[in-house]
Amino acid sequence: MEIFNIVIAGVGGQGVLLASKVLAESALASGLDVKQNEVHGMAQRGGSVISFVRIGDKVNAPVVMPGTADVLISFEPLEALRYLHYLKPGGKLVYNTVPINPSTVASGLAVYPKDVEERIAKGCGNAYGIDALAIAKEAGNAKAVNMVMVGSVMNSLPLDAKVVENVVRELSKDKGVDVNLKALKGGAAAA
Amino acid sequence: MKCVKIGEFLRTVLIMRALNAQLNKVVYMKKIISGNEAIALSFQDSGGVFASGYPGTPSTETLEEVARLGEVYCEWAPNEKVALESVIGASVAGGRTLATMKHVGVNVAADPLMTLTYTGVNAGLILMVADDPGMHSSQNEQDSRNYAKFAKVPMLDPSDSQDAYDFTRAAFELSEKFDTPVMLRTTTRISHAKGVVVPKERIAPKVAAWAKDVPKYVMLPNFGKIRHQVIEERLLKLTEFAETTELNRVEMGDTDLGIVTSGISYQYVREAFPDASVLKLGLVHPLPPEKIREFASRVQRLMVVEEMDAIFEEQIRALGIRVDIGKGPISLCGELNAELIRAAAGLAPAAGAPAPVENLPQRPPTFCPGCAHRGLFTILAKLKAFVSGDIGCYTLGALPPMSAMHCCICMGASISAAHGMAKVNEIAGRSEKPVAVIGDSTFFHSGITGLLSMVYNKGNALVIIMDNRTTGMTGGQENPGSGSALMGGEAPQVDMLALVKVLGVENAVEIDSYNLPATEAAIRKGLGTPGPYVLVDKNPCVLRYRVKKPQVTVDQEKCTGCRACLKVACVALGLTAGSDKPKVAVDPNICSGCGVCTQLCKFDAMTKA
Repeated sequence: MEIFNIVIAGVGGQGVLLASKVLAESALASGLDVKQNEVHGMAQRGGSVISFVRIGDKVNAPVVMPGTADVLISFEPLEALRYLHYLKPGGKLVYNTVPINPSTVASGLAVYPKDVEERIAKGCGNAYGIDALAIAKEAGNAKAVNMVMVGSVMNSLPLDAKVVENVVRELSKDKGVDVNLKALKGGAAAA
Repeated sequence: MKCVKIGEFLRTVLIMRALNAQLNKVVYMKKIISGNEAIALSFQDSGGVFASGYPGTPSTETLEEVARLGEVYCEWAPNEKVALESVIGASVAGGRTLATMKHVGVNVAADPLMTLTYTGVNAGLILMVADDPGMHSSQNEQDSRNYAKFAKVPMLDPSDSQDAYDFTRAAFELSEKFDTPVMLRTTTRISHAKGVVVPKERIAPKVAAWAKDVPKYVMLPNFGKIRHQVIEERLLKLTEFAETTELNRVEMGDTDLGIVTSGISYQYVREAFPDASVLKLGLVHPLPPEKIREFASRVQRLMVVEEMDAIFEEQIRALGIRVDIGKGPISLCGELNAELIRAAAGLAPAAGAPAPVENLPQRPPTFCPGCAHRGLFTILAKLKAFVSGDIGCYTLGALPPMSAMHCCICMGASISAAHGMAKVNEIAGRSEKPVAVIGDSTFFHSGITGLLSMVYNKGNALVIIMDNRTTGMTGGQENPGSGSALMGGEAPQVDMLALVKVLGVENAVEIDSYNLPATEAAIRKGLGTPGPYVLVDKNPCVLRYRVKKPQVTVDQEKCTGCRACLKVACVALGLTAGSDKPKVAVDPNICSGCGVCTQLCKFDAMTKA
C-alpha cells in the first residue's frame, strides 16, 4: 500500500502521545510498517505539539512533509489552523472545537482569533469539528479527549476498528478501559 | 556421587530449556519502540551490567527504559563527567557498560573521554550521545561526530530503531575487539521516533576479571606516550575494518546519482531518491577510503548528505574525490528533510504544499499552572533585577511577559557568571548586585563549584536555588535531592541549606515563592546585604509530584478587567469575550490553585479556596 500519513496536533498535556501510540501499535498489529515521531522536551506543558504517524508496507522518514497528510487530527481549533498546511489536497481534518488559551493570550500579549473555525472551513473542504471534551466527559473522564479524537477518524484510516479497540484495551490501565472504549466509540459516532 | 551430579545436570538443563523457551517468546516479538528504547533493550539483551548518565533531551528515555525493563543496574549521576567516570570504572571491573548523555553533556565528560581513549577498555564500553539538530530543546547545535575524530574513537550512527538496537550490540563487540570506547550517536529523530524492532537472541550478563594493569590504566606521561602510539595503530586497524564491515552498506541503483550518507539523513535520502545509489555509513568514524573511492567511481555525480557539519565531505575531498553536491546547497544549520535534499540536487518540490497560515498567536512552552517558578519571576520582573540564569524550566523566565533573565550559557554558569559580573561591577564602581537563578539538579551538576568560588573569592551575588526535588525540564527525573533513585526506592536526600552553609555562605535562608510579598522582601534584603547571599525555595515540582489544590475563582462583579493578574503568565487565566471590557476568567480544568495570581488583584476579585 502507499504510505498513509497522519498528523496529530494539540497542546502539551492533552495526550497527543498516547493517541499516536494507539495508532502506531494498531498499524504494527495489522502487519504494516510504521514510523511515529513527535518532538518532546520543551513542549511538555502548554506548548504546541505535533506528532506524525506514517503507515505503509515500508516507511523511511519519520516526518510528514507539509502538503502530504491524508488525515489531520487536532485536539484544539487554533492548532488545527496552525498545521492545516500539512494536509494534502482533499485530506481530512477532524478537530476538537474546545479552545485552550496559549500563554501569549493568557498573559494579554495576543488575542485568540474569533474566526478560527471559519478560517478552517475556508482552508479545508473536508473539515469536521466535534466537542471532544463533552464526549470525553460523557464517557467518564475529561482526559479521554485523546481517545475521542482517535475514534473520530477511525473510518478514514487504513486500520480495522477491532484492531484499534484491542490496542486501546491493552494500553489502558484497568480502570480506564471502559472509559477509553466509550470515548473511542463516542468519537466515531460524532464525526 | 555421580548420580547426584547427573541429576543436578539434568535439572539444570530442564530449567535452562524452560527459561530459553520463555525468553524466545518474549525476545523475538516485533516491537514498535523509539531509538532510545531500542538502545536500552539492546543494552540489556547484549549482556550489559552497569549504566549511568545525566538526563538531557533527547537522550533521557534511554536510561529510564533500562530502569523500566528492570533487569540491569542503572543510575543517574549528578553530571556527565561523573557518569562517564563511573562507567570507566565499571569497564575496568569487567562489566559491559553504557553512559548516556546529550551532545552538550559530552563537553562536561570530555575530560575523562580524552584519556579513556588512551587506556581503552576491559569490558565493552559505550558512550551514547544524542545530538539535537534543529535545537528542539538545546542551547546549541554541536555535531558530536567531531568528538569521535577528536578522541580518535569509533562512532556508530544508526538510521532507525532497528539500527539503534543492532548497533548497540555491534558497539560492544567493536569495543572489546579493538580495546576502545565506542560512541553511539543518535539525533532527536532517531532517539524519539518509533519504528519496528525485532530483537536478537539475548546474551546473559557476563562479568570479566577486574583488570589490574598499571601501564594500561595509569596515565602517567611515560605510560601515556606508549598508549598514544597504540591508539594511532588502533585507528589504522579500525579503518581496515571499516572497509569490509556490514555496518557500511552499498545499495546500488541508478548510477546517475550516488549519495554518501548516514543516520537519519539516510531515511530522507531514500524518501527523496528511492532509486539512487547510496553508500549508507553505519560506522561514521573512521571512514572507509577505498569503499568511498570505489563507490564514487561507479556513479556520475557524487552527493554527500549529512546534517550539520561537513565531516564526511571534508574527509572525502581530502582523499582527492570529487564531491558534486554537498554543503552549500545543503545547510550547515538545522535539520534536513526529503524536500531540502531534492532541492539541493536541483529538483522541484514533490508536493505543492500550501503556505502555513500566518499571524496566529504563538503557543510557546510556559511555566506549568501552579509552578513555583512563576511567583519568583513575577517578583524578579517587578524589581527589574539583572538575572544570570541557568539550564532548566526556569530558563522560560526569559520569555515575555516576564523577560526576567539576561544571560544563560550552560549548566551551572548562572552562579559563576554572576560572580564575574559582580567583580566587574565592583571595579566599575556600580552598586547593582546580580541575581543567579539555578535549579537543584543544575546546582548539583556544576553549580556547587561556582558558589564555592564566589565564597572563596569574596564575591557579591544573590543566588536563588529553586529546589523542586527533581530534574524538571527533562520530564522529572530523580536527583540527589529527590530522596529516591532511578530504579526506585528511597535514597539519601541532600540538605540544600546545610550544603550551601558548609561551603561558607553565611547568609542562607529558605523562601516560599508562592508568597509574593515575603519573597519580594527576602530578595530585597539579599540584594541589600553585601557578599554572597543564598535563598532556597523548597516547593516541589507540581507536575512531578502531582500537586493540585482547589481552583481559584473570579468574582465577575468585582473584576474590573485591569489585567494586573495576567502578568503571572498562567495559561489557566484568560479574558472573557463578549462584553466591552473583557474580564478575567479561570479555566477550572487547568488551574492548579497556587494562588499567585490572586496576590496581584487590587480589587479583591480573586479567591483562593
